Amino acid sequence: MNVLKVALLILRKDFAIELKSYEIVSTTLFFSVACVAIFSFAFVKEGQAPVDVSAGILWIAIAFSGTLALGRTFERERYGETLKALLLAPAPRPAIYLGKLLGIVTLLFATEVVVVPMVAFLFDAPFFTKPLLLVALLGLGTIGYAAVGTLFAAMLVRARTRDVMLPILLYPITIPVIIAGVRGTSALLATPVDEPVAMLWIGMLSFFDVVFVTISLWTFEPLMTE
Amino acid sequence: MTFDFDRVELTDLSRHFGRRKAVSRVTLALQAGDILGLLGPNGAGKSTLLGMLATLVTPTSGTISYGGRSASRGGADVRGRIGVLAHELHLYPELTARQNLAFFARLHGLAEEPLVSTALESASLGDRGEDQVASFSRGMRQRLALERTLLHGPRLVLLDEPFTGLDDRAVRIVADRIRRIARDGAIVVLATHDLDVADGLITRMAVVRSGRLMADGDAGTGIRQQYRALVETA
Amino acid sequence: MRKLFVPVLALTALMFAYSPIAIANAPYESTMRLVQKIFYYHFPAWMALTVSVTVCTVASALYLFKGSARADRIAAAAAEVTVIFGLFGLVSGSLWGRKAWGVWWQWDARLTMAFLLELIFFGYILVRNYGGPGAEKLAAAMGIFGGATAPFVYKSVDWWRTVHPKTSVMTTLGQTSPEMWYVVWFCTFTILLFMGLLLAARVRLEEQRAALDQLYLAAED
Repeated sequence: MNVLKVALLILRKDFAIELKSYEIVSTTLFFSVACVAIFSFAFVKEGQAPVDVSAGILWIAIAFSGTLALGRTFERERYGETLKALLLAPAPRPAIYLGKLLGIVTLLFATEVVVVPMVAFLFDAPFFTKPLLLVALLGLGTIGYAAVGTLFAAMLVRARTRDVMLPILLYPITIPVIIAGVRGTSALLATPVDEPVAMLWIGMLSFFDVVFVTISLWTFEPLMTE
Repeated sequence: MTFDFDRVELTDLSRHFGRRKAVSRVTLALQAGDILGLLGPNGAGKSTLLGMLATLVTPTSGTISYGGRSASRGGADVRGRIGVLAHELHLYPELTARQNLAFFARLHGLAEEPLVSTALESASLGDRGEDQVASFSRGMRQRLALERTLLHGPRLVLLDEPFTGLDDRAVRIVADRIRRIARDGAIVVLATHDLDVADGLITRMAVVRSGRLMADGDAGTGIRQQYRALVETA
Repeated sequence: MRKLFVPVLALTALMFAYSPIAIANAPYESTMRLVQKIFYYHFPAWMALTVSVTVCTVASALYLFKGSARADRIAAAAAEVTVIFGLFGLVSGSLWGRKAWGVWWQWDARLTMAFLLELIFFGYILVRNYGGPGAEKLAAAMGIFGGATAPFVYKSVDWWRTVHPKTSVMTTLGQTSPEMWYVVWFCTFTILLFMGLLLAARVRLEEQRAALDQLYLAAED
């Protein structure tokens, strides 16, 4: 059983579970929308919210929804202690990490499909002038954030204080990713679009992604065994 | 399935958490066909010992050898020959019985049919295959969980309190299943504090208290007396 | 090694005692004059932090992959030392920045990353204490990720235009002002010794705790 096959198997299993109730998808989506709304109200001045903050709000919404989604996804594995059964599969254990990562990333992408147009609409922000660059930024940033998040959420499954610990541990490490995402997105919102700067941040994000995914794959197994 | 073993040897196995000794210098040898009853009061270290046998917990000292191979070097090969059933049953309540079994079959690289259908039959759930596990009673889940554990034909079967919450009929079914797989050559390690069920099922007896192995030998009749003598003396 | 502790402590104390004299005798920097002299402690504090972060990361990796309990103790000690020196670095930098730039804080690249690093290792300490059983491994993961972030703190000033002085200031100081150069490295050496002493003392505390646990375990037999 190779890594990719097992990862896809786990992804399909999570899809099958999610399709029964849409519980995680709907709550995450709703939460992200509420997040954007709350932050927008905080910045409204004379009936208009400034365009500058839209990039920041977008990424905060992604980060906060991501934390929620991570907690819920691993709660599902904690319930029947199914994580134990997964760890016994005769496949390299990082495959489990990869399968979960793919699931979280897919979920966050689905959230972004809703949130990005919403932010663009509420702030009258020109997000879509360079759609390919925006997709690259969002994609790479989401992967970087989810890579660390999946690892930490998995290792916290056994801890008692897991709900509190996840944000405490996750945010400091993923803030560089968020910063890169925000700066890159801001560059795309500038008039005229600041392509070189956006490309710089895309490069940074790629680098983060490689480093974070590599470290996570490497440390997953020792972290999951007691 | 290229790797297999018929002996499992624990040598001077210990595991401590800080200053609490969960398992202390346990030495045991198991072979195919054994049904080892791991008996002891709560907190004696049974679950930790099972965890180490399952390669999910690393020992602080000592070794476990699966037919000469250790868990660290054996890795995926060794894991593929182990089946574990703990209290939480390792089932996804949102999925159907069939979906649960199919997932774990594929996870072990096996074709779904005829394994899944046979397993459903063995669990007497042939007509409930398309129902969500969430709708099952405890007894039904336990039977399904046991079949899930045995789906890939593991050589080493580790069961942690498999009889909790079962009525007499379910207990008999599960006990028969265990006897069957032992006859087919599996090594069964059964942790329980239900001595009445253990009596008549287990072929060997290991008593643990405070992480230490108090006795290890063939299980004769009258397990309750033997156990009481060992555990309840100071 | 233990025998060296007191002599090194004495040496460090002497060097610390001398350092204000050395700093006072160093030439004034042209624009910031007296205020610039915070640099003689500020820079060494960050040097000490770099060392302790490296120690923590390597020790965390050793613990996670080799199961070395000794590495775990060293990692825990190094994380605490990191937080201490990081705090000093941030505070001294803030005081300097108030005088030199007019603001207590700036969200430029290096300050942001330094602050994050501090948060990461503070998280290390939190998870170690409140993470429940098996928290040492969780903390080790934090240590490794913290170490991965650290290079960005260092290089960030070179990549982006920021308010903060660039790393090139240090490399050319030898040519521009040898007297400053010597004082900087004297103070750096002093503070590194101090860091080493703190680390050693803290590791010793952990060793004693572990020895106590061993005694408890042995007593049970």
